[in-house]
Amino acid sequence: MPATDRTATGAAMDAPHAEPHGSLGVAFWATLKRDLVLLLRRRSEVMNPLVFFAIVITLFPIGISPDPQLLATIAPGLLWVAALLAALLSLDSLFRADYDDGSLEQLLLTPQPLALLSLAKVTVHWLLTGLPLALMAPLLGIMLALPAGSYAVLALSLALGSASLSLIGAIGAALTVGLSRGGVLLSLLVLPLYIPVLIFGAGAVQAAIFGDGVMAHLAILGALLAVALIFAPWAIAASLRISING
Amino acid sequence: MWAFIHKLGSPKWFYDISARLQPWFWVLALALIAVGTVWGLAFAPADYQQGNSFRIIYVHVPAAFLAQSIFVTMAVAGVIFMVWKIKIADMAAAMMAPLGAAMTFVALFSGAVWGVPTWGTWWMWDARLTSMLILLFLYLGVIALRGAFASRDSASRAASVLAMVGVINIPIIKYSVDWWYTLHQPASFTLTERPAMPTEMWLPLLIMVVGFYCFFIAVTLLRTRSEILRREANKRWVRELAGGIR
Repeated sequence: MPATDRTATGAAMDAPHAEPHGSLGVAFWATLKRDLVLLLRRRSEVMNPLVFFAIVITLFPIGISPDPQLLATIAPGLLWVAALLAALLSLDSLFRADYDDGSLEQLLLTPQPLALLSLAKVTVHWLLTGLPLALMAPLLGIMLALPAGSYAVLALSLALGSASLSLIGAIGAALTVGLSRGGVLLSLLVLPLYIPVLIFGAGAVQAAIFGDGVMAHLAILGALLAVALIFAPWAIAASLRISING
Repeated sequence: MWAFIHKLGSPKWFYDISARLQPWFWVLALALIAVGTVWGLAFAPADYQQGNSFRIIYVHVPAAFLAQSIFVTMAVAGVIFMVWKIKIADMAAAMMAPLGAAMTFVALFSGAVWGVPTWGTWWMWDARLTSMLILLFLYLGVIALRGAFASRDSASRAASVLAMVGVINIPIIKYSVDWWYTLHQPASFTLTERPAMPTEMWLPLLIMVVGFYCFFIAVTLLRTRSEILRREANKRWVRELAGGIR
């Protein structure tokens, strides 16, 4: 039962970090560890986006055509869009459980800045959603006859890009966590903001297929991530405060 | 200076001053749009390449200008509301969002109509049209988020945060879409990249743009005034105004 799991870890985690004025690093690592433990105890929740990713990729050859040549031309975009949707799907649960059982309010009350703590939560989301999706994508690339030489770039671009996706998406998740049915609204808010990442992520894979320089795309993905890292935590923190108080 | 801003923040004061300003903007808007329309549609010379179909810019360009400026104005109003808690700013932001979405739609629709004689199709994934479409989604997200909250204060703050996040993203989205388009460019003919326009062509365009801005201000004042009455319905001065007191 998730509920008993949560209280058990809560007690276990609280003991060593009970002092209210720990350093920033201590608070960051404690939040990170707590969320990792919580999520790893509910493996199915971690697996669901990956299964979703695989199923969506299966739909395309069935819906369009099994012709490898056709699939190879659209594979970079398909893989990126499907991974993006899988990451989006997992966003709703990012703050949901903490909101429901009140831990989010405790997070707001800590003396450490909420932006930093939400950054820890987003890091966990990326570690258990974005990174596995990136590692899984080459496998699905084989099934879509993705041309050789682009597999490493696919995984790398997804790993870099999904970190931005997690950061941007967390803003939407934080804004909608207080709403009882925020799922569709969340996608409506977040998807338009995902477009630059999609353009440069899929572009990197395309460039690798055509043999063009890949570094420019990856550099821009990195730049997007840097911008998201600077701004998103503050927006997430502000949104969480709105959701809690509303 | 501060006294002026605080006065501006008072709904009653804003209600009074806007009553005096509003007629001027209506007169200006109607006069300029009438002059610009007649001049642009009837007297401006036809384009040597596109013939008369270019006259759509007299609606398209002002609408596109407004679509972008309204989003920026909305975000600025969001900042003012979040930082100084000036309620008028939020009321204006809430009231201008539907107009902005409508202007984005007008720009998209007129672009599509212009595409029929120029490109031979209603829709092309042209960089400008695509960015406009994304802007429309951003508007719809802000409007939907505001509507999703039961508490007005939460709705206002959430919509303000989303507008700020959106306004940071608009340039990023615009440049990445431009970049994406140059990579997949199907046609090299865009609406505004034309050889320098003769004065008889751009002067009516300028008049239309100014007219549309006046129209935007007039509509926003009108809608904000009615929103003030709605939100302040329990205040004494509103009840006195309605004659409902005693």
